Amino acid sequence: MLFVQFVAKEFMKATFSIRRGGREGGEMVDYSTEIGEGMVVLDAVHQIQAESAPDLACRWNCKAGKCGSCSAEINGKPQLMCMTRLDTIDTTEAVTIEPMRAFPAVKDLIADVSWNFEVKKKIKKFNPRPPDAEDGTWRMQQSDIDRVQEFRKCIECFLCQDVCHVLRDHNKHAEFIGPRFLVYAAALEMHPLDIENRTEQLKDLHGIGYCNITKCCSKVCPEHITITDNAIIPLKERVVDEHYDPIAKLVKLIRRK
Amino acid sequence: MADYPTFEHDVLVIGAGGAGLRAAIEASTNGVSVGLVCKSLLGKAHTVMAEGGMAAALGNVDDRDNWKVHFSDTMRGGQYINNWRMAELHAKEAPDRVRELEAWGAVFDRTTDGKILQRNFGGHRYPRLAHVGDRTGLELIRTLQDHGVHQGIEVYMEVTVVSLLKDGDRVVGCVAYEREHGRFRIFKCKALILATGGVGRAFKITSNSWEGTGDGHALAYDAGAELIDMEFVQFHPTGMVWPPSVRGILVTEGVRGEGGVLKNSEGERFMFNDIPANYKDQTASDAEEGWRYTQGDKSANRPPELLTRDHVARCINREVKAGRGSPHGGVYLDIAWIKERLPNSVEHIKKKLPSMYHQFIQLANLDITTTPMEVGPTTHYIMGGIRVDAVTQASTVPGLFAAGECAAGINGANRLGGNSLSDLIVFGKRAGEYAAQFAKENGAGTIDDDQVKDHVLAALEPFEREGGENPYTIQHDLQEMMQKNVGIVRHHDEMIEALNGLDILRNRAARAFSPGNVDFNPGWHTALDLHNLLIVSEAITRAALERKESRGGQFRDDFPEKDPEFAKFNFSLKKGDSGAMEISRTPIAEMPAELRQVIEEMG
Repeated sequence: MLFVQFVAKEFMKATFSIRRGGREGGEMVDYSTEIGEGMVVLDAVHQIQAESAPDLACRWNCKAGKCGSCSAEINGKPQLMCMTRLDTIDTTEAVTIEPMRAFPAVKDLIADVSWNFEVKKKIKKFNPRPPDAEDGTWRMQQSDIDRVQEFRKCIECFLCQDVCHVLRDHNKHAEFIGPRFLVYAAALEMHPLDIENRTEQLKDLHGIGYCNITKCCSKVCPEHITITDNAIIPLKERVVDEHYDPIAKLVKLIRRK
Repeated sequence: MADYPTFEHDVLVIGAGGAGLRAAIEASTNGVSVGLVCKSLLGKAHTVMAEGGMAAALGNVDDRDNWKVHFSDTMRGGQYINNWRMAELHAKEAPDRVRELEAWGAVFDRTTDGKILQRNFGGHRYPRLAHVGDRTGLELIRTLQDHGVHQGIEVYMEVTVVSLLKDGDRVVGCVAYEREHGRFRIFKCKALILATGGVGRAFKITSNSWEGTGDGHALAYDAGAELIDMEFVQFHPTGMVWPPSVRGILVTEGVRGEGGVLKNSEGERFMFNDIPANYKDQTASDAEEGWRYTQGDKSANRPPELLTRDHVARCINREVKAGRGSPHGGVYLDIAWIKERLPNSVEHIKKKLPSMYHQFIQLANLDITTTPMEVGPTTHYIMGGIRVDAVTQASTVPGLFAAGECAAGINGANRLGGNSLSDLIVFGKRAGEYAAQFAKENGAGTIDDDQVKDHVLAALEPFEREGGENPYTIQHDLQEMMQKNVGIVRHHDEMIEALNGLDILRNRAARAFSPGNVDFNPGWHTALDLHNLLIVSEAITRAALERKESRGGQFRDDFPEKDPEFAKFNFSLKKGDSGAMEISRTPIAEMPAELRQVIEEMG
């Protein structure tokens, strides 16, 4: 009996059902591989690559949750493959691994995320106030940058984009920049040195109004950025203050004259 | 040539980590058209893994710091075989490059008077590393990326270069394939900058991502450029050792900078047992003084945990070999102990080392605020690389430049932590500037169709070797072999075994078979990477064999002492006319009197 337990522990196998196929379409293919202590989903994918599917495509780089390359949907849940331990998911049944669904599939586990790189270019770049000191440097207090530093933790894994229903279910990619780029815009808008104004862009071009604060993005963020509460809601408030507040509008009108 | 689309730029940069991005920005600022080719998506390069910070003598935390101290620290760390001119330029220019990042939107941690905060790191006499918690590399790459996308740089993501193209002696472009569909592309340029990073994937235990396959080293070597200092591989003392799947992942030196201590299984703080003579007067005499140093006491010397990486890695290795290691073959790194000193230690650790906290909780089920970590050496960085001119970053081949980890010179026999990120921006900028100048002064060369055809045919061979070997197995065996024979402790006999092993592996690689087609096929990519890994592995082994002494990153069991004779030159490796690797000695130029004086003054 003891021996049986030993065998079970040392040579446990699990089945992974992985999407295979190109842009035209794909199918789920089952692979069985041995799993051991501390393994993450990405380890299993690599093992399958080395053992039985050398042309199985997946993105990865750091394998430590720092680069945001290996985003996928594991049993339907958007996660980083490198940070998802096998002992946190049920491996008694086949584990499904699919590419992010909010973007077109390229091949196997790879999604075409190029849209995100185009979106970023459209957001007005950082524009600092003149330096505070003669040597060309600035002074900022740590307390004034804590929030911006939270946003700058983003590793651009695009899991928040993947889970956002405006993109995932309603395909509003042309009208809405998604949570990642609202966080990016917030990091710029709340940067103590930045003097650019992006509220009009956010309202019209970037479609901030589409976000109806379901907070799904905050839940999947591997960096635990409080996307909705700390980034999107304050941005929405800025937009409202500047563009929908009747008193502010009146003041603006008078000032213009 | 009609078969392959051609893209033309004045300057082509290969690699989009810190050095590549900084070079591309600079070249573009100099008014030339710039293409940037990278194997991964933009912003994913290995630079994101850098944690601790970037070294620059800003003097914000300790006003005794200046370029001279930084220069002499770098030379001391590199055991005086560095390119002293590079070390000088680096120390002088790093502060401006860091301030420039702030002007581009980087948000560094702050001092109480609102300046950029600096932290302690191994081998740096004063707190010198500008940082953002323990994710400084991410901040660097994101700042450069977000600035760069508005500069009109053309970025080619997920494109891998297979070979450089030459017109006579000069590099005039490259052949590459885009990963998605495996289609070949020709890039034509007037100047080409390699910024491809390191070679960590030549070893089994490494902190490097899949990308660290020595591409730039091999591309340059195949194009006739010289590599130097290849024997100097940095084994970072603290990589994770458990669970097996995360073995090698980096644990930042910042843990020790914040007061973390190393202990063996007997609970002994063993780093106090072996302090090198040339660091004795800079090292704390007891635990109390070491702690005061980490807390900013300017009268205190640094704890021995913050000695240079080569030394700390060897001490850990020795403890493990002597049977005083942790259960999984490492030693203990304890930051939790600071609860004895700081009432709010848990919050303090989470604030100062958020990624580390996160990494251990998630991957090892371990809370670093309460429990010591298990750590051991991991292949981290290569000091060696393409030989470049200190000022221009030009290689020994016209039209070919290099910057960052794939270039060599600044670090000598051992790199100080934090000097890498500043190296990227100092010499990335220089490479961009001088490559742009070269492009302006030289017309376009001619692409030779036959060269293109040969490279493409060679790259497609793995599909035709039906019945050949699995490339993953060959890569795995190469890594095992290098780890065992040319790792942290080296010996003549083992390295001869390695050279023989490399011959066998080269033959096996020539039979590597990739099933499937050219569409995003990692098996094929792995088969092609083998060529590069084999070149860098051979270069490391040949240079290590010739250097019959121990210095910095190179430790020889059969020659455990430093030999002043070997301080007079660098080993250069070059492809000979026969195609075989040739090694020679390049004398180190004499240091000018004023720099010698700086070193003497700084002690």
